[in-house]
Amino acid sequence: MTIWLVALVVGVVTVVFKAAGPLVLGQRSLPGPVADVVALLAPVLLAALVVTQTVGGDNRLVLDARLAGVGAGAAAIAVRAPLPAVVVAAAVTTALVRLFS
Amino acid sequence: MEAATYRDGVRAAVAIAATVWFFGASFGLVARAAGLGVLAPLVMSATTFAGSAQFAVVSILGTGGGAVAAIAAAVLLNARYVPISISVAPLFHGRRLRRLAEAQLIVDESWAISSRGHGRFDRGLLIGAGLALYVAWVGGTAVGVAGGEALGDPRALGLDGAFPALFLALLVPQLTDARARVAALLGGAIALALIPVTPAGVPIVAASAACLLGLWRRG
Repeated sequence: MTIWLVALVVGVVTVVFKAAGPLVLGQRSLPGPVADVVALLAPVLLAALVVTQTVGGDNRLVLDARLAGVGAGAAAIAVRAPLPAVVVAAAVTTALVRLFS
Repeated sequence: MEAATYRDGVRAAVAIAATVWFFGASFGLVARAAGLGVLAPLVMSATTFAGSAQFAVVSILGTGGGAVAAIAAAVLLNARYVPISISVAPLFHGRRLRRLAEAQLIVDESWAISSRGHGRFDRGLLIGAGLALYVAWVGGTAVGVAGGEALGDPRALGLDGAFPALFLALLVPQLTDARARVAALLGGAIALALIPVTPAGVPIVAASAACLLGLWRRG
């Protein structure tokens, strides 16, 4: 069955990807310039995730209710709301905008 | 900052784990509807543990696509875990098998929650949040394949808008200096520019090129 082949290959590849850093690098510290590059991974990948999850679609940009949800989340962040409140504000706004559009 | 316990990690992930649970349930549901059975989707959630790649596989196989296309899409989508796992490598110690097993708890949300800024990450938060999210994802999938029609569509509940807001909330505290701000802007711009022209997954991996700004000397 195709699904089992896909599940096996994708499972093994993903396990290897996730273990790549901890297995290959382990506790060794990175040389200075490499460490400076790796230190920026968090802000860069988080920004890329925000973009792809907000307007990403099937090979195209999709502007939909998620945009309003992220806007509400940004407002909650601006008033220093706790993380669960940010998540709930974004979900509720996305749902309401989708319901009335 | 004091190191967090696993329990702190679980606590930090509760709200997002609830959202992940719903998506796990909807993954189980659509996988079952696409004719992929009960066991295969569960095995996939337990071993792959990465939502976007799993949804891509189901949508490709469900619409008549082949194994090669499904595998290629999932591999591209999950390629980001190479740089992500490199960034948290120092948190893992002990025998190889233990490192391999614990590293499976790395997922976008647990990684983001464990970030302390300036390239530092907290082991307690990563492992605790990863465990909570793993249980939510596999548990949700089980409910979904068992027939979770009654739960409703996660999109109708607006849950797809919760993830970018979570990542934004975790991004903001990272923007402590000009270099991080410029790199984040550049990374976001690369992703935005590539979404319409590359397969899903590529925009995120390509965005990591913005990290090369780390070679720019501190002012």
